[in-house]
Amino acid sequence: MTAEQISIGAGHDAEHTGTGVSNTKLAIWLFLSSDFLFFGAFISAFLLYADRTPAGAKQLTDELNIPFTSATSFILLMSSLTMVLALAAIQRGDHRRVRIWILATALFGAVFIGGQVFEFTEFVRNGYALQTSTQSSAFFVLTGLHGAHVTIGIIWLLSLWGLSSQGRLKTADAPKVELAGLYWHFVDVVWIVIFTVIYLITPLTQGTK
Amino acid sequence: MTTVSDAIPEVQESHRRVDLLQRPAKSTGWWSWFTTVDHKKIGILYAATSFAFLVIGGIEALLIRLQLAGPNGKVLTAAMYNQLFTMHGTTMVFLMGMPMAVAFGNYLIPLMIGARDVAFPRLNMFGYWVFLVGGLFIYSSFLPWNGGAPNAGWFGYTPLSSAPIGNGFLPGHGADFWAVGLVMLGIGSTTSAINFIVTVLNMRAPGMTFLRMPVFVWMMLVTAFLTLFAIPVVTGALIMVYMDRNWGSNFFNAAIGGDPLLYQHLFWIFGHPEVYILILPAMGIISEILPVFSRKPLFGYTVVVFSGIAIGFMGWGVWAHHMFATGLGPIAVSAFGLSTMLIAVPTGVKIFNWLGTVWGGALRLNTPMLFALGFIAMFTIGGLSGVLHSVVPADTQQTDTYFVVAHFHYVLFGGTVFGFFGGVFYWFPKVYGRMMNDRLGKWTFWILLVGFNLTFFPMHILGLEGQPRRTYRYGAGLGWDLMNRIASVGAFIIALGVLLLLINLWVSRKHGQLAGDDPWDGRTLEWSTPSPPPEYNFAEVPEVEARDDFWHRKYTEDDRGLLVRLPSGAAESTGPADAEAAHHIHLPSPSYYPLVLSLGLPILGYAAVYHALWLGIIGAIVLTFGAYAWAIEPPTAEEPR
Repeated sequence: MTAEQISIGAGHDAEHTGTGVSNTKLAIWLFLSSDFLFFGAFISAFLLYADRTPAGAKQLTDELNIPFTSATSFILLMSSLTMVLALAAIQRGDHRRVRIWILATALFGAVFIGGQVFEFTEFVRNGYALQTSTQSSAFFVLTGLHGAHVTIGIIWLLSLWGLSSQGRLKTADAPKVELAGLYWHFVDVVWIVIFTVIYLITPLTQGTK
Repeated sequence: MTTVSDAIPEVQESHRRVDLLQRPAKSTGWWSWFTTVDHKKIGILYAATSFAFLVIGGIEALLIRLQLAGPNGKVLTAAMYNQLFTMHGTTMVFLMGMPMAVAFGNYLIPLMIGARDVAFPRLNMFGYWVFLVGGLFIYSSFLPWNGGAPNAGWFGYTPLSSAPIGNGFLPGHGADFWAVGLVMLGIGSTTSAINFIVTVLNMRAPGMTFLRMPVFVWMMLVTAFLTLFAIPVVTGALIMVYMDRNWGSNFFNAAIGGDPLLYQHLFWIFGHPEVYILILPAMGIISEILPVFSRKPLFGYTVVVFSGIAIGFMGWGVWAHHMFATGLGPIAVSAFGLSTMLIAVPTGVKIFNWLGTVWGGALRLNTPMLFALGFIAMFTIGGLSGVLHSVVPADTQQTDTYFVVAHFHYVLFGGTVFGFFGGVFYWFPKVYGRMMNDRLGKWTFWILLVGFNLTFFPMHILGLEGQPRRTYRYGAGLGWDLMNRIASVGAFIIALGVLLLLINLWVSRKHGQLAGDDPWDGRTLEWSTPSPPPEYNFAEVPEVEARDDFWHRKYTEDDRGLLVRLPSGAAESTGPADAEAAHHIHLPSPSYYPLVLSLGLPILGYAAVYHALWLGIIGAIVLTFGAYAWAIEPPTAEEPR
């Protein structure tokens, strides 16, 4: 093996790595596993406070608009589909569709964020704010941090879209789309957990009281 | 062209790139320390910065011991005392212990597994800068206009740390600097953990199978996983504290149903693995030193490795033993008491394996070996006092007394720091090509051993007699005067030992005896490289055929099982003949952007502490610029054609 053939990081050439997975992909998996525990801290806080609001105070369940959030959640989950289509498009070199699907993914994400902004504004207008109760604190910080994750994902996608529009996202760059996709799917999966905990389980705990 | 992968997508066509900062090209000179991506240089930076924080944290400890040297001490006010013990703990855990382990890992992991660099050289540099600016950020709270340093303990228990600023529990911004600063340091630790894991999993030289890896690499791998999963939990807890203090959320507000114990759970789910994050690297270090200075392979290599992994797993199931006094109920308390007893098993297994390594060996009692043996002895004492805490009634009695202080200093000073110092003496010749003074080193060891035991052994007794921790003075006539006086004298003896070590380091760097490539007759791959190793580490990537591969290239056994030295040449380090090949090795190029990106963080930090939106916007701009410039810049600059 000559010196030229030896690469340091083995880069996108996954065959030369010990695990067979490229360095960047392994790194993003590790980051996501770490990030999951970050959400875990806030999800446990929310669960702890799910049924602790004193009887007189405003209850989260009275504020939740479950059909509305179900709709925006559905749109967010559908963005995972468009993300997969974007990756499939770049892998077969169809760059026009790459841009369409990436933009669609970012747009769906933006719709979800718009829904969250509307939800937050409505809650605060109704007098249910961060300071209201332990549950409201856990609700706003947990969903807010998830929203921040989605926003970062949108910025990431739009950056890829920008690169692609300038012709700087080649077919060989498919792993870059895949990385963004892994992050995006992760954010979706976390939302499934959060949605289940806040919008599906919490109303049940209130009903038993 | 071969390139290094990086965390952020890059673009190859340089002519389309807008170079906002002229790319640094030089890899020598003082300026190169700001832009280097060489894992060895970054390791040295980590070590030097950790030593600086060791001295700062040590001075804080000396002030504490001055105050406690006699009853009714008048050296410090209560407010100053609170800041000093908080910053002593925060410094020694986050700014000395963790980064010192990262220093060893950075320098040694690629050399030990036969790689040319870590997987993400620029991310590596970013981790260092975040550590430095995060440390400076927390310490900037001492500036008079910032209203005092953190003062709620290194663990920052709620509701003390989380009560809104306005209610007067903790006036000033200290607790905010603490919470935000630790989040920042967590970002740095996470990036270095990811980097280590990917490097170890993906970049081992051909033949370097998992069960041929040096134990130090194994322990750093376990440590990196612990860091990866522990840091996010405490980051969450710190964000809750910050939100409660600054923005009126109620996570820990007991008045309306908040649960301060939630914080303790989250903190110790991080905090107990953190203990192993601090001790496992040192265990790895002495597992390298003991075989070399006993001229025997490590006894029960596989068992040592799997014990380390077992500690890594079980470390997640013992956190509530920090909370026995909070009234968790008999079932939880029994379960955590049992798991705490159980985790002593793999730890004890390791101690016996180290003893088995030394047993019957041809011992050479140089300084690194003395520190390694000191580690075993002192860590055993610390481990035994630790097992006492699994006995819940005893623990309840000892909670918040000096007994606990004695226990964890035996583990973290007698263990971790002794391991680190042994490692410094052991690998210094590799880093600088010169030996540290062994005679002075032995003096250093004995002075530290005596000073350490004088300081911390009496604390066991003081604790059993009921002296409370974190209390700035004690009354006369309680029978604590003599023991406290002894501890304070011991602290200054430790300071003398550390001073001798620093002098030894400084002088040996330029004037030490020349070391050669393999001064200790080492066993692992780093000793097969020149001292100091070239930028590319290995001109030719080694093919590994055995555990302790380098040893087997030097020695074989005759019929009676005696060691026979192979003719030299087999073990020769890569010489100038390979310089031609080395010319073709593409190393990652230096970069400014890790530094730029990290500088955005303290700006955002100040914005968070002072609720300054304009500062937040500036920080976000710096961060965005750094991130995009980094993403667009290829890891390796194109060669001039």
